[in-house]
Amino acid sequence: MRILSLAGRRLAASIPTLVLILIGVFLLLQLAPGDTVDAMMAQMGGGDAATARELRHFYGLDLSIPLQLANYLWRLVRLDLGFSSIYGKPVATVILERLPPTLLLMTASLSFAFFFGLLFGVFAARRVNKWPDTLISTLGLVFYATPSFWFGLMAIVVFSIYLQWLPPGGFEDIGNVHTGLSRMLDIAGHLVLPTLTLGLIFLAIYLRIMRASMLEVLNLDFVRTARAKGLDETHVITRHVLRNALLPMVTLIGLQAGTMLGGSVVVESVFSLPGLGRLAYESVVQRDLNTLLGIVFVSALLVIAVNFIVDLLYARLDPRISAEG
Amino acid sequence: MDAVKRYFRSPAAVIGLVLLLLVIAMAASATWLYPRDPLALAGRPLVWPFANPRFPLGTDNSGRDIAAQIFYGARISLLIGGVATAIAIAIGVLVGAFAGYYGGWVDNILMRITEAFQTLPNFVLLLVLVAVFGSTLTTVTIAVGFVSWPAPARLTRAEFLSLRNREFVQAGRTLGMKDLQLILGEILPNALPPVIVYASVVMAVAILLESALAFLRLSDPNVASWGNLIGLGRDVLRVQWYVSAIPGVAILVTVLAVSLVGQGLNDALNPRLKSR
Repeated sequence: MRILSLAGRRLAASIPTLVLILIGVFLLLQLAPGDTVDAMMAQMGGGDAATARELRHFYGLDLSIPLQLANYLWRLVRLDLGFSSIYGKPVATVILERLPPTLLLMTASLSFAFFFGLLFGVFAARRVNKWPDTLISTLGLVFYATPSFWFGLMAIVVFSIYLQWLPPGGFEDIGNVHTGLSRMLDIAGHLVLPTLTLGLIFLAIYLRIMRASMLEVLNLDFVRTARAKGLDETHVITRHVLRNALLPMVTLIGLQAGTMLGGSVVVESVFSLPGLGRLAYESVVQRDLNTLLGIVFVSALLVIAVNFIVDLLYARLDPRISAEG
Repeated sequence: MDAVKRYFRSPAAVIGLVLLLLVIAMAASATWLYPRDPLALAGRPLVWPFANPRFPLGTDNSGRDIAAQIFYGARISLLIGGVATAIAIAIGVLVGAFAGYYGGWVDNILMRITEAFQTLPNFVLLLVLVAVFGSTLTTVTIAVGFVSWPAPARLTRAEFLSLRNREFVQAGRTLGMKDLQLILGEILPNALPPVIVYASVVMAVAILLESALAFLRLSDPNVASWGNLIGLGRDVLRVQWYVSAIPGVAILVTVLAVSLVGQGLNDALNPRLKSR
């Protein structure tokens, strides 16, 4: 019950944030030269002023800005994101089509970064200031400084062009139609390089945080007590240290959700994955502001959702949190 | 002086400083070594590195000298990184100082706005800004700075929260100092050092953000930027992979240098944290 009320409170608290973002982005787009109708007219290859006026009236673009904003927010509440003139479909449909590859990529990268960050972090902390620690920490620093798009390109050169182990891009093989398990394997093969590319920088961050928080927890009194009781080292680490050292790692997932979504714009462009990030890039290039605004809305929702899940996870890992409320 | 000694005792910090000085030297010597426009055609396209002594790092798809572009690119990266960081720190310090000093509803509103910015993915917001304001060197720099202020704001706020009721501030208040005087003259100088150290993180991220934007061809195409060159090299990746590989190493070295110097400064200025 406590968890439920915590969940409700957290969700309610994120509504003002969401509204603030939408108002901000809407006002920003008012500053942009040209509007949807200009874009449509350009698409149609020009048209006369009367048609433009009619279209503006139809889309409500002749109203005052506060009224347009109110209209827009009211439409969003009903999950109507408007119409994309470039794709010839409602924006919500376009975004929904593009969402699965991005979610898959993000989940895979996050799991990869979290798992190996944890592993390397624990390993480095156990051998603090010896050579394995130095090596792991140095690698972490280098990974952190590597531009992800460049790493992706170099991975394509090595693994796709020279070794020919993995496909250089795309979401699945278009040539042969796979079904069931073989389709899943095909998609997984296509996702290996993008996952490594997107996950690398987060691996570096998780590894550092895990190492630091392990070192901190290892010095606490209850660990000394556990050791004094004669528990073996593996038991101390897995049962006592890890659970507490994990808390900062979990917080970080929520903080990094937005960064990861931003990173997927670049990674999806490198590997031409038909995801949300690639869509964001395309709508900037084609000046499809309606779609861009929809993507902003959906990514804010995604970040809020991830943070929400993290909060619930946190409450489970550390019971003090839900009790304090 | 102790801090300087501590800084030079850490090999990582020294390596970082040397690398950073190297990049700065490249930026400074660009016009002197390559007086011609780095984007002008210089020779045959796609000459491999070391193949022709005139082009030690080879030429790109259209026959422009890669070495010249790397040297000029150092300028662009340091310029965008530096100015964007200054903008981000300025906004962040302002927002954080007011939020932390006044607390209450001011804090509430400012932190809501900060939260909204943090909820939105940096890079997506950057795309929106570029879509709206275009991608000249100036707009890109301001945009990168504008998406990077929330973290420094939170840091400044935390510093102000812990400092605002210390004795020296209360003494100032009793002396009849105005709020603005207290914020700028008394608290800010004490709150600033950790924020300045954090600037290295902001700068590293700013350089990476701009290079990603340039790679996607959404940054200024009229300057020699490392990201632009990587994007260009992508078209010939299959065989002439060096066109993309070389500028990537330059970005990697620069970001690494900035991070190492920042970490070194942090360890030198807060020795207590280091010993843990």
